[in-house]
Amino acid sequence: MAEAKRDKLIFEKSVSGRKAYALPPLDVPESSLESLFPSKFLRKEPPGLPEVSELDLVRHYVKLSQKNFSIDSGFYPLGSCTMKYNPKINDEIARLPGLAALHPLQPEETLQGALGLLYALEELLKEILGFDRISFQPVAGAQGEMVGLMMIRAYLQSKGENRHKVLIPDSAHGTNPASAMLAGFEVEEIRSNSQGLIDLDDLKKHMDRDCAALMLTNPNTLGLFEKDIIDISKVVHEAGGLMYMDGANLNALLGLVRPGDMGFDVVHSNLHKTFSTPHGGGGPGAGAVAVKAFLAPFLPKPTIEKKGERYVLDDNRPDSIGKVSTFYGNFGNLVRAYVYIRSNGAEGLARISQMAILNANYVRSKLEKVLKVAQDRICMHEVVFSAKKFKSREIHARDICKRLMDYGFHPPTVYFPLIVEEALMIEPTETESKETLDSFCDALISISKEIELNPELLLNAPFTTPVGRLDETEAVKKLNVRWKKG
Amino acid sequence: MMYTPHTEEEIQSMLQIIGIPSMEGLFADIPKSVRLNRILKTGRPLSELEIRQEMGDLVRKNSHLEEYTSFLGAGSYDHYIPALIGPILFRSEFYTAYTPYQAELSQGMLQAIYEYQTAICELTGMEVANASLYDGASALAEAVLMMVRIGKKRSEILISKTIHPFYQDVVRTYCKGLDLKFIEVEYQNGQVSLDQVKKQITDNTAGLLLQYPNFFGCLEEIPELIQLAHDKGAKVAVSVDPIALGILNSPGELGADIIVGEGQGMGNSMSLGGPYVGFFATRTEFIRQLPGRIVGVAHDKEGRRGYTLTLQTREQHIKRERATSNICTNESLNALASLFYMVTLGKKGLAEVARQSTLKAHFLQDALSRIPGVAIPWSAPFFKEFAVKLDRSPKEINEALLKERIIGGLDLGRYYPELKQHYLLCVTEKRTKSELERLVALISRR
Repeated sequence: MAEAKRDKLIFEKSVSGRKAYALPPLDVPESSLESLFPSKFLRKEPPGLPEVSELDLVRHYVKLSQKNFSIDSGFYPLGSCTMKYNPKINDEIARLPGLAALHPLQPEETLQGALGLLYALEELLKEILGFDRISFQPVAGAQGEMVGLMMIRAYLQSKGENRHKVLIPDSAHGTNPASAMLAGFEVEEIRSNSQGLIDLDDLKKHMDRDCAALMLTNPNTLGLFEKDIIDISKVVHEAGGLMYMDGANLNALLGLVRPGDMGFDVVHSNLHKTFSTPHGGGGPGAGAVAVKAFLAPFLPKPTIEKKGERYVLDDNRPDSIGKVSTFYGNFGNLVRAYVYIRSNGAEGLARISQMAILNANYVRSKLEKVLKVAQDRICMHEVVFSAKKFKSREIHARDICKRLMDYGFHPPTVYFPLIVEEALMIEPTETESKETLDSFCDALISISKEIELNPELLLNAPFTTPVGRLDETEAVKKLNVRWKKG
Repeated sequence: MMYTPHTEEEIQSMLQIIGIPSMEGLFADIPKSVRLNRILKTGRPLSELEIRQEMGDLVRKNSHLEEYTSFLGAGSYDHYIPALIGPILFRSEFYTAYTPYQAELSQGMLQAIYEYQTAICELTGMEVANASLYDGASALAEAVLMMVRIGKKRSEILISKTIHPFYQDVVRTYCKGLDLKFIEVEYQNGQVSLDQVKKQITDNTAGLLLQYPNFFGCLEEIPELIQLAHDKGAKVAVSVDPIALGILNSPGELGADIIVGEGQGMGNSMSLGGPYVGFFATRTEFIRQLPGRIVGVAHDKEGRRGYTLTLQTREQHIKRERATSNICTNESLNALASLFYMVTLGKKGLAEVARQSTLKAHFLQDALSRIPGVAIPWSAPFFKEFAVKLDRSPKEINEALLKERIIGGLDLGRYYPELKQHYLLCVTEKRTKSELERLVALISRR
C-alpha cells in the first residue's frame, strides 16, 4: 500500500480551464439554448465538478485503488460474503459488445442470444436449486428477499388468507427482518437453541394461523447445517405457512443438497457470491429468486419464455407482484454467473462446496486452540469464533481485526451473528490454498500471543495501513458527507 | 475449468488435521434424506476456449449498438463512454473488493464514494447524497418510502403519468406492503397538468412524484409544482436525467426535497438494462431518513483525514426491522463509473454533452416535422427525447429501419393506450448529422 499521506480530493486538484475530454465539433446548425428553452429552465452556473487533465484523473484514481484491499490482492475471509476468486473469463465475456451494448428495449428478434442465455441460466439454476421457476429481476440479495416475501403474501392473499407475521431466527442477517417489514409483514424472532440451531419448541410456539412464513438461512449464520430441516418444514407447512430460504450461504450446498429438496418454497441466490461475480466494493450484485410451481404466477414481470425456437419476454402476467427493477435485473452479472456455471460443470460445482467446507473446517481445527469456536462441531463453509476470553485484557474482536491488517489479511466479519458475543466469522471459500490458510491461522495464533504479552499493540493497530484507526464517533457527531469549496 | 487449488495430498493432510477420515465426515449434519445422491445435470466443465467459442456463437444472435444505430432512449442511454473509465474502473483493487466495512483497508473506495456523493450534490443542487441505490426506479421507490416516513400520518402519493411507466410499476411494487394510496396525475401538452395537481393534492398528500425531463422528454414546470405541494405540506421527489442537469437548472436548486435518478448514462454500458445505478440526494435535515450507505470524514489519532461508513444505525445490519431500508449490496462500482464520468467531463464537458444532445434532438425533430404524415403532438420544451405522431404504426417503421441497421424509437402506444402511433425518439451527442438525415430519409420514404 502507498505511504500514508493526506491525499487531496479530486475537487481539490481542480484547476480552472483544464480538460480531460474532447467532443467532436457540433455537426448540426448551431443555435442558442435560449432559443430552445425559456431561460427560466437554464442553469445559471454549471455544476461544480472538477476540472482536471486526463493524466491528473488517472493518477488520482490509480492511487486511490492502491489504498484498497481486494480479493485479487489478498485473502479476504469475510464471513457470509463469499469472497472467492472471480475468474477473468467471466468479465471478458460480459464486456463483449454483443452483450454489453444491448439496449433493453430493442426488438426481441435482435436479442435472441441474450434472451436465450437468460433462459439457459434459468434452466441451470432450476437444476442446481431444485425449483421450478426463477426471476432474475432482483439486483441484490435483499431485493430478492423482498420479492420472495411479496410473492408469498400475494399467494396467501389469493387464497383469502391474511397472515401478517414472518418468523425469523435471532441469528439471521439484518436484511431478513428489514425485507419482511418492507413486504408488509410483522417480524417475530425465533430463538436459537444451545446447539446454535433453530429451537423447534420455540418455533412451534410461534407457529399459528397468523404466520405467513419462516425465513431461514441454511446453513445458518453460525456456519451450521439446520439438521432438523425436515421437521422444521413439517411444522411450518402443517400450520399453513411457507418456507423461505435466504440463499446467502448457498456456497456450502452446491451438488450436495438442493434447497428445493429440503422443503423450501422460495429461495434467493446471491449470484455475486456463489457464482463469483466481483463484488465491486459493494455491488453490483444479483439476487435471483426461485419458486416452486404454485408461486410462479406471482413472479415479477417480465419472465423469459421459449415459444417454439424463439425466446420472448412475457409481460402478460395478471397475478404478478409487478416489476422490481427498471428492466430485467443485472444482466451483466447474470452473464458472469452463466459462464461460471458452465465452466465448472457438474463436477466443478460439487467441488466448490466440498472444498469450501474443507477449508472452513481446517481453519476451525487450526484455530480452536487460540480462539473459542462458537459451536464445537463440524461446520459448513464458514466458522464463527468468539473473542470473549480476551475481554479481561480489554481486547475486543475489533482489535484483533485491526491487527490482522498489519499481517496482510483482510479481517473476518465481526460482531455477527449477534447471538455470539465478540463474534469473528471466517469464510475462507474454496479458492484459497492450504498455504494461505496456514499463514492466516499463524497470524491469528501470533496475535493471540501478542494479546498475552503486549495488548497495547492491538489497541493501537493497524500500523501499516494508509490511515490508522479512524474515529467513527467523530464521523457521526461531526457529519461531513460531502466536500465544499472552502 | 475449475478454480480450486487443492491437490489430493493436501486434502488428505487437511482431513487429518481436522481429525476425520474422509470428506464424507464433513457432511455428517446433512440428513441422508435430503442429500442429492447424484451428479447435477449441468454438463461437464468447459475450458475457457470452449466457453469463448460457445459465447461467440450466442453473441452473434444479438444486434448490438456498435453495429446498429439507435434512437431508443426511455431510461437507457447511448452516451459516449470515455476510454479512460474502463481501465481505472476495472482495476482489481476496486473491482474485486467488498463493502468498505473495514475503513483502514478501504480508503480508496471510501474516498471515491465521498467524491461521488459530492459530485451528485453539485449536480443536483442538494446538500447530501448516499453511496448509491440499485437503479433509477428503485431509487424513486425509496424516495416514496422516505416521504412517507417524513410525512408520518399522510397516506397519499401523487404520481405523475409522465414518469417512466416502468418506474411507476416499480414504485407501486415496493409500496404494496404499505397502506398507501397512489393518485395518478394526468398530463397535458406533454407535461404534468398543474390544474390536476391543484385538484388532487390534499392535506393527506405525503408526496408528489415527478420526472425531469419527463418520460416524453418534456420539461416540467418545476417551481410551480413545488409551490403547490409545499403549500399543502407535501414533499416533492424528482427523478432527473443527470446529463440534462449539465444545462438545465436542477429541481434541487428550485426547492425539491428529494432528487433521484438513473446514473447509467454517465459512464455505464447499456448492458440489456443492468447493472445500472440509482442516485439519491436530499437536504441535510432529512439525512437520518436517508436509505442506504453514506461515507463521512473521520480522523485517526495522528490527525490524518480518512473516510468511513457513517450513520450506520439507520441500516439493516444494525437496526434490523426498524431500518430506513433493506438495502445492503448496492451498486458501488457503477457509482464509481459515474463519478469517473462526471470528473472526466467536468464543469464544462457535461454541459457540452447536454448541449450537443439537445441541439441534435431539436435538429431531428425539426426535420421530421417537415415530413407529411408526421405531426408534433406537444409544444412543451424538450431535452434529448421527443415524441412525434405518425400516420403509420411505429412497429411498421421500426421493422423497415431494422433492415437498414437502425434501431428505431419507442412505440408509446404500448405503454399509453391513448398515444397510439406516437413514437418516442432519443438523440445523444453520439448521433451524427448523417445518421439523423438518414433516419429522416427512411421515414419520409413511403
